[in-house]
Amino acid sequence: MWDYSDKVKEHFFEPRNAGVLEGANGVGDVGSISCGDALRLMLKVEPETDIILDAHFQTFGCGSAIASSSALTEMIKGKTLDEALKVSNQDIADYLDGLPPEKMHCSVMGREALQAAVANYRGEVWSDDHEEGALVCKCFAIDAVLIEDTIRANNLSSVQDVTNYTKAGGGCSSCHEGIEEILVKVMTERGENFKPGTPAKEEAAPAGMTNLQRIRKIEAVLESVRPQLKRDGGDIELVDVDGKTIYVNMTGACSGCQMEALTLQGIQQKLMEDLKEFIKIVPTKAGALSRASCHP
Amino acid sequence: MEGIYFDNNATTRVDPAVVEAMLPYFTEQFGNPSSMHSFGNKVGLAIKKARMQVQELLGAEHDSEIIFTSCGTESDSTALISALKAQPERKEIITTTVEHPAILTLCSWLEKDGYKVHLLKVDSKGRLDLDEYKKLLTDQVAVVSVMWANNETGTFFPVVEMAEMAHAAGAMFHTDAVQAVGKVPLNLKDTKIDMLSVSGHKLHAPKGIGVLYLKRGTRFRPLLRGGHQERGRRAGTENTTSIVGLGKAAEMALEAMHHENTEVARLRDKLEAAILAKVPRSFVTGNPENRLPNTSNIAFEFIEGEAILLLLNKFGIAASSGSACTSGSLEPSHVMRAMGIPYTAAHGTVRFSLSRYSTEAEVDRVIAVVPEIIAQLRKLSPYWEGDGPKEEPEKAFAPTYA
Repeated sequence: MWDYSDKVKEHFFEPRNAGVLEGANGVGDVGSISCGDALRLMLKVEPETDIILDAHFQTFGCGSAIASSSALTEMIKGKTLDEALKVSNQDIADYLDGLPPEKMHCSVMGREALQAAVANYRGEVWSDDHEEGALVCKCFAIDAVLIEDTIRANNLSSVQDVTNYTKAGGGCSSCHEGIEEILVKVMTERGENFKPGTPAKEEAAPAGMTNLQRIRKIEAVLESVRPQLKRDGGDIELVDVDGKTIYVNMTGACSGCQMEALTLQGIQQKLMEDLKEFIKIVPTKAGALSRASCHP
Repeated sequence: MEGIYFDNNATTRVDPAVVEAMLPYFTEQFGNPSSMHSFGNKVGLAIKKARMQVQELLGAEHDSEIIFTSCGTESDSTALISALKAQPERKEIITTTVEHPAILTLCSWLEKDGYKVHLLKVDSKGRLDLDEYKKLLTDQVAVVSVMWANNETGTFFPVVEMAEMAHAAGAMFHTDAVQAVGKVPLNLKDTKIDMLSVSGHKLHAPKGIGVLYLKRGTRFRPLLRGGHQERGRRAGTENTTSIVGLGKAAEMALEAMHHENTEVARLRDKLEAAILAKVPRSFVTGNPENRLPNTSNIAFEFIEGEAILLLLNKFGIAASSGSACTSGSLEPSHVMRAMGIPYTAAHGTVRFSLSRYSTEAEVDRVIAVVPEIIAQLRKLSPYWEGDGPKEEPEKAFAPTYA
């Protein structure tokens, strides 16, 4: 069952302004046949002032489509056409206290119906430029068409690139397989092979740091945790930095301590936050992290 | 208010007698059946009993043909991948367009590894064309997988006959029977079916337990490898409590088989006939002459299924729908599309699936509520006007499709 807000349920169970509007002078019919949502928005506009005197809807669709339609009519009544056109799909979703990501297209449909109805009133022809594909990233509601277009337009070649440009794949990561498939398709078209593990485009010096600046930053992070380690009779020293891998030496009481792996994980987290990139911290003395993996 | 649960093809309530049978295996009977000591031995005997109870429900010749798994999906994956691994020279699979995702998603994944998947089409009543099937049965086919009964419409497929045909062509035959087991009498020993998938929670056992029936002599390659459990065919410590529960549920399903095919079918027929009589522009999908006794799938034209379910839920009635919006995908049910049901009806399909717990009073209540709900939603529909659809509804409302 969808996690609908109380506001969505209210507008679904008791929709406002449902049914035919007699004397409507602006009508917009839009929808998505495969998704099973379609909407007719009817406006009664006062010609002298361009004010929307009344708005009604008829919807073939699910709970959130009906609620989005109902909300839209409430939001635009009393507004001038230009004011009404400023209502975005996000405004509709916000009015309903949010929609599940898979249902955001219902608010998009409301926004499109409004554009179509206004165009109809003004005697223009509204054409839809929005193409909707299969939903790939459910965390950020990004569809396949957007991902494909973005990969093509920006010559992207890694999942990380796609996440950086579209946010897709930046959440639970369960859609990475799907993103890779789109990458393979588009890259084959441009005569390239998709290689997993290809570094993201703007990798070299994140946040515009030189190597020296980066190493200094790493030293600074290590310096900040040093007092804690010293309190327990240990210490840490930087050995080397090789791309994303940072080699350190745990000395004194830290070396071989049961908590070593845990300590390193904490430091790794702090380094990632300060450097704003993914890195791996590796102790040079016999595999402390691998010990940790044996005792999760 | 006690709810009305008419969604038994999705899952069923665990029978109290099943729960009772399981409880000791959470507490005093906690042993590992593989252990030598008496803690383990008693549990081992309980599993043996459960295996025989399932064997009887399936009409299998040997109890060793029953392999306990974690779910129907695991049984499906094990069966198909085993058939491919055991016959590396055969690179093709035959299945249908209306299978459960447990088969279809697996098959499209196998396609990426170079296997060829043939999807048998269905007609407007969800029936297969056996001539088309026969033509595809070549010496390249490793396995045929066809469901016993469709989960959405309940329509049966002629799996016994299709298994004979597969054998004649030297191919293995698997059937996903999760909807049929417990609802229709089975006698697998008299068939050529090599493999069959069962899901416990569809027959009043708990979730997380399944069975793969594997006919003796069928070449097999295990999916999960490790310990010697299930004779080395499915490694991993047994889910002892659920196996005991499934055994009990199998025994009870066999006892209720007559009731399921008479009383449950009568209630289903009453529900369906009354709704069709009271609601204009509604029709049954699938093949009503040849289907599960508990399932009725009704399309309500010009409205959308999720909205119907939300309103039913308000009245405490649980059912399910083939609408796109209930699944999180953007397409309506692939089963409805495969049968050529138009979008304006496919999105408005509702599946009522009863069980042996369903009562006459519940059926009467649903009959009273459904027509109101449908009328209420049709008032909102751009395809509808007054008491009927607009004249030429598809023309009266033809939105710009995004």
